[in-house]
Amino acid sequence: MNRVMQMWQAGLSLLLCSNVALADWSALNMRQGVTEISQRVYDLHMLIFYICCAIGVLVFGVMIISMLMHRKSLGVTPATFHEDTRVEVAWTVIPIIILLVMAVPATSTLRDMYESSDSDLDIEVRGYQWKWQYTYLNEDPAEEIQFMSALKTPRNEIQNLEAKGEHYLLDVDNPLVIPINKRVRFLVTSQDTIHSFWVPDFAVKRDAIPGFIHESWAVVEEPGVYRGQCAELCGKDHGFMPIVVHAVEQADYDLWIAEKQAEAKEVFNTVGKTWSKDELMVKGEEVYLQHCAACHQPNGQGIPPAFPSLVGQGIAVGPMSGHIDILLNGQAGTAMQAFGQQLNPAEIAAVITYERNAWGNDMNDMVQPKEINTMMASE
Amino acid sequence: MSAVIEEHHHDGHHHGPDKGIMRWVFTTNHKDIGTLYLWFSFLMFLTGGVLALGIRTELFQPGLQIIQPEIFNQLTTMHGLIMVFGAVMPAFVGLANWLIPMMIGAPDMALPRMNNYSFWILPFAFGMLLSTFFMEGGAPNYGWTFYAPLSTDYAPPSVTFFIFAVHMMGISSIMGSINVVVTILNMRAPGMTLMKMPLFVWTWFITAYLLIAVMPVLAGVVTMMLMDIHFGTAFFNAGGGGDPVLFQHVFWFFGHPEVYIMILPAFGVVSAIIPTFARKRLFGYDSMVYATASIAFLSFIVWAHHMFTVGIPLAGELYFMYATMLIAVPTGVKVFNWVATMWQGAMTFETPMLFAIAFVILFTIGGLSGLMLAIVPADFQYHDTYFVVAHFHYVLVPGSVFSIMAAVYYWIPKWTGNMYDETLGKTHFWLSFIGVNVTFFPQHFIGLAGMPRRIPDYALQFADWNMVSSCGAFLFGFSQLLFLFIVIKCIRGGKKATDQVWEGAHGLEWTIPSPAPYHTFTTPPTSMKEAHG
Repeated sequence: MNRVMQMWQAGLSLLLCSNVALADWSALNMRQGVTEISQRVYDLHMLIFYICCAIGVLVFGVMIISMLMHRKSLGVTPATFHEDTRVEVAWTVIPIIILLVMAVPATSTLRDMYESSDSDLDIEVRGYQWKWQYTYLNEDPAEEIQFMSALKTPRNEIQNLEAKGEHYLLDVDNPLVIPINKRVRFLVTSQDTIHSFWVPDFAVKRDAIPGFIHESWAVVEEPGVYRGQCAELCGKDHGFMPIVVHAVEQADYDLWIAEKQAEAKEVFNTVGKTWSKDELMVKGEEVYLQHCAACHQPNGQGIPPAFPSLVGQGIAVGPMSGHIDILLNGQAGTAMQAFGQQLNPAEIAAVITYERNAWGNDMNDMVQPKEINTMMASE
Repeated sequence: MSAVIEEHHHDGHHHGPDKGIMRWVFTTNHKDIGTLYLWFSFLMFLTGGVLALGIRTELFQPGLQIIQPEIFNQLTTMHGLIMVFGAVMPAFVGLANWLIPMMIGAPDMALPRMNNYSFWILPFAFGMLLSTFFMEGGAPNYGWTFYAPLSTDYAPPSVTFFIFAVHMMGISSIMGSINVVVTILNMRAPGMTLMKMPLFVWTWFITAYLLIAVMPVLAGVVTMMLMDIHFGTAFFNAGGGGDPVLFQHVFWFFGHPEVYIMILPAFGVVSAIIPTFARKRLFGYDSMVYATASIAFLSFIVWAHHMFTVGIPLAGELYFMYATMLIAVPTGVKVFNWVATMWQGAMTFETPMLFAIAFVILFTIGGLSGLMLAIVPADFQYHDTYFVVAHFHYVLVPGSVFSIMAAVYYWIPKWTGNMYDETLGKTHFWLSFIGVNVTFFPQHFIGLAGMPRRIPDYALQFADWNMVSSCGAFLFGFSQLLFLFIVIKCIRGGKKATDQVWEGAHGLEWTIPSPAPYHTFTTPPTSMKEAHG
């Protein structure tokens, strides 16, 4: 009786193990995704995979049989044949037929991926070193929603000072939000180097090329959170610019849009008010760590010569006008971006004030969001 | 042609090598130059290997441990550049130098002084490339494919040195290739018709044409970069009317034939080794030659399959997909021919044969994943992931590198006059075979699961297989020290090799003494019966 129990338990645990193994296995294959296209891409992948496996088994099988049977140690005499036209024609023609079998579904899937009918929603995706900017295009520019989306994983997790969270390196501050069952078109471009916008669950991968716009689209069928990464080497933090997409019901999407528009209004109001230096410093540190620290480092020391130090030298201790100019317009030929297109006037004023008064940079001056706003408007 | 060959030295005085270091500096002897190339490439193989182990150490666990991202990008870039231009290509040129004259019954390469020059450029080119590690801003960090504008507007200052180094490597390759072409066309012994040449000679002949055709394209693209960086042009800058994608088109017009430059001579090596140890003539010699030529031709018209995600129009995507799939046909013919050569042979499994068989199996795996990558819709998911990394390492490491090792084991008795240690050779094979598969097979999985390439840190679901891959890399890397030991041991002594060396070997190189004298075939051989298996 005891023995039977033991066997039963062993069998059960074996079953559980194999279940676990199966679950792991699916995590090692291409994702089926949540769009019709991604499912077809997956099916295509599996079809070619099985064909390749079959070819492999056949070729390697013959080789293994040969290696076992046709060994000198078995006393065999080598055959003398060295050509056979029929065989050679066969193994030229049969592969061509197999290739045709693969080409047909590949062609039809690709045609459908390139099908460019009208979309329900157009989103401009713009790659930056090393974050994404999403702009929800709207006929009325005042109604446009635009925001940056950057890595949220804390530095301490990357530096192994804290335990890594569930979505380590795959979490962002402001995810892209799209409605389900709507045809969403991504217009992909870049501000600096080439990036690549990749969301595996949508089977969408499109290179972001500076100066050009390429499109891709998806109709997401299931609500959920879908994560991807930049897929083209784009410099130092290429590995640290994930993409997170929330696909939500239309009603939730409308709610989110309203919220975003209210936020934009609030930003507009904060630009109008006069800030105290302490307020600017607090806001400035937050902006600095989010947007500047990747290159200039949290302590302002940078990684010379590509990313110069800001401590006791350079723009942060030079004239205010030069500091503002570089922040707004960037520095041509270097990695320094034009933040006038990424940050709002309050954020720019805050980070400038912070850089001039942090790490022992004792400039003791400040700039108001209002002033920045006037400058940006006049450009 | 015959005028050159029949011009004998009647003074009866044959020069041996000079003494000391100057022998190597001034040598015009094809065997000495071949040796220089092989040792140089092994040094580069170890250098590139150390960089690879740096990469795999950082990727052992998630999180940043020892290598910061800006250094990581330098390691991946320099690993690729050194392995492609410093290890694999010079190794094949070294084999060409040693073997082509001996295989076609020629006394030396046709252009011996140029031969010396084309080798001696290389140490300077790579010295300069490696010195960028110590420059302000560090070494090239934009990937071995150096896509603009990352390699132009956003590159470290050392990019100019990189461009100059690439120019020097290009000059070296072009001169080496011209030498191969001229030697093969003019220096064959009487009776050695083109269709009697050993396949190694054939594959190198075709490779040399590929090199002559595409190295100038590489020179062109780096010159355009140089102009963009220093002279205000805008070839690759949309802001000035250029196009970053133009860079990729020009680069891959070089880059795809380059892939075949690194594998065609390997086909030649394997086509020599398998018949020897199967004791049976190579199956389908003619179709091997035609398949090689077809692959070389196709390699010029498939370049954009590296760029399926850049936004090529549908018609372009379809064309490049079909053309790429077509390469499977001649490649398949080659694999089937090797298998048919083994079939009903009388095989023994000495170290060269083990490497050659592993080549056929593992190169085929790399070829099949290449076929998968050709399918555009699926490529959108594979592109720039570890699936691609696994694919090209399968064709390059157990492909090209294994064939080079097979070649060394196969011909080293002829070069040194001594047999290598068979037990150690087999140990080296099995360690390398296990190491390579443990390193690169799991990378298929993590690539399909979504891990992009060229990242210093990764999400947690990729952790397990990355750890396995890193362990394999260390096994493979350290096994190569055993290879070094075996080669040195063989040079210093060992069982004396016969002239024939291998029971089943055919070809003119086996008709001369072991070790091969400093000068061979000063009079051309008369019998071509032994030309190829």
